[in-house]
Amino acid sequence: MASSPGKQPAQPELESIVRGNRRSDLVMAGIGMIVLLVAMALLAAVFIDLAVKGWPRLINPDFYINFPSRHPEQAGILSAAVGTTLVMLVTALVAIPLGVAAGVYLEEYAARSWITDVIEINVSNLAGVPSIIYGLLALGLFVHAFGLGETILTAGLVLALLILPVIIVATREAIRSIPLELREAAYGLGADKWQTVRLYVLPAARPGILTGAIVGLARAIGEAAPVITIGALTFIAFLPPPPVQAQPPFINFEWLSSPFTVMPIQLFNWVSRPQAEFHINAAATGVVLMVMTLGMNGLAIYIRYRLRRDAR
Amino acid sequence: MQTLNAMHSKKPDKIPMKNINETVYVTSGADAAAAASNTLRADVKSLSFWYGENRALSSVSMPVWDRKITALIGPSGCGKSTLLRSFNRMHDLYPGNRYDGEIRLYPEDRNLIEMDPGLVRLRVGMVFQKPNPFPKSIFENVAAGLRVRGIHRRAVLDERVEKSLKDAALWNEVKDRMHDSAYSLSGGQQQRLCIARALAPQPDLLLLDEPTSALDPIATAKIEDLLTGLRQSVTVIIVTHNMQQAARISDLTGYMHMGELIEYGDTGELFTNPREKRTSDYITGRFG
Repeated sequence: MASSPGKQPAQPELESIVRGNRRSDLVMAGIGMIVLLVAMALLAAVFIDLAVKGWPRLINPDFYINFPSRHPEQAGILSAAVGTTLVMLVTALVAIPLGVAAGVYLEEYAARSWITDVIEINVSNLAGVPSIIYGLLALGLFVHAFGLGETILTAGLVLALLILPVIIVATREAIRSIPLELREAAYGLGADKWQTVRLYVLPAARPGILTGAIVGLARAIGEAAPVITIGALTFIAFLPPPPVQAQPPFINFEWLSSPFTVMPIQLFNWVSRPQAEFHINAAATGVVLMVMTLGMNGLAIYIRYRLRRDAR
Repeated sequence: MQTLNAMHSKKPDKIPMKNINETVYVTSGADAAAAASNTLRADVKSLSFWYGENRALSSVSMPVWDRKITALIGPSGCGKSTLLRSFNRMHDLYPGNRYDGEIRLYPEDRNLIEMDPGLVRLRVGMVFQKPNPFPKSIFENVAAGLRVRGIHRRAVLDERVEKSLKDAALWNEVKDRMHDSAYSLSGGQQQRLCIARALAPQPDLLLLDEPTSALDPIATAKIEDLLTGLRQSVTVIIVTHNMQQAARISDLTGYMHMGELIEYGDTGELFTNPREKRTSDYITGRFG
């Protein structure tokens, strides 16, 4: 073993090298821990601050079932919460199928050429475009050119556009992480490309794709700028018609063309009122929004954990 | 593209383009008689192959006899895996690869290099170096090839899955846990599962690419036993870096070097009485 021609350092020297390595490991671990704690502490501080300020409203059930009102103690987030839910529904139904399909196409089908390179760079860049620009696009395209109006449908579509790049990139990365052996196994059995993708690649990529989709939706839920740009209302005291009804055909899509508001707009509206009582409402709304976002991220982690475990 | 290819096959440094040697075909009198009574399953005719600019096979010619085990041996980068992966057109999955020559597939006598790769793979099964079961149940893994062929009837699937698992000598170990994940099996069991998966669609030709190189000796012995048992029913081509393995299980052996098939013929003859100096150098361990 010690037959190498280069001179092997003596045992004490080796020990000091090991000690030095261990020391630098500790230093790096310490720095990492501090950085992590600072980030967590900031988030916790914001959350606790909002929760303390909004507490009187948060514990009042009326807050969740009342419409907005000019009396702060009666004002609630019902219409905003319903609006957010319906808008997110549209966003998810549009963005996830489109994003996954685009990701699959780019990763599996598209021939490598300068056109796909340009598309690739553009998709990545789109993720960095300020959200208000999407709002302007939607105002011109959906609201005016297509005549969809200031509706839930328009809001869902603009938020879907906004998170499309996130879902595309997540899908591509999830697909790319599938080991080559798995594809070769499928092709080796005589599977064609679509069978390979549908039966083996997509199921294996599902944890990554779902995580990307939920992280995208969690971003969309907090967006105010594009939704304001398309002309969402800031005060709305009625709900859209329900999507299900007692009479045939039992479902209706009128809600898609209803005016609406969403929680970030409601929050913004209250926080810009001069009366301090409204600021309590704003803080409480902030807590609800954060709980929803963190809840969605938690769900993403849970789904990923479950699917990974099932795959073992 | 190069990196993708590099994952599969170590490329030979340089293939001399000038004098491509004639392969020596070893046949004793008894073998000739056996060969005459035998049918061809495939026939490689001056097959050359390029990874981009890199020539990996130089005019290889080699008959593949029906229901025999044919072993391909040779040092790393000699092209044995490249030749094997030509039989099911695996190279077509990656851009920049090129074939020249023919692999005639019998009984219909068609050049599989010109057939649709998907069609070729429906007839030629493959087992890879690393066990690569799908992240699904044991049953679904074996049924996968049948499902790809549009077979979904439960009774048919049950019967074929059971038969394949028995052929792969795995049935007794998994019959009570068919719906457990394939990843719950050991490495050796996973590889036998992959063999069962390849056998289920009843391929005309079964390719094995160093199937035991990731396994321990006991698991290896089990796989060698089951391959010997398959000899009567399936045509097998196996690439191995283990000469003893080739000697133990194969009927015919081809020795490859730098993309050429140096010597090919009866396993016993090739190992005991090689005609080519390079073959004898390799099998006596002088290099490789």
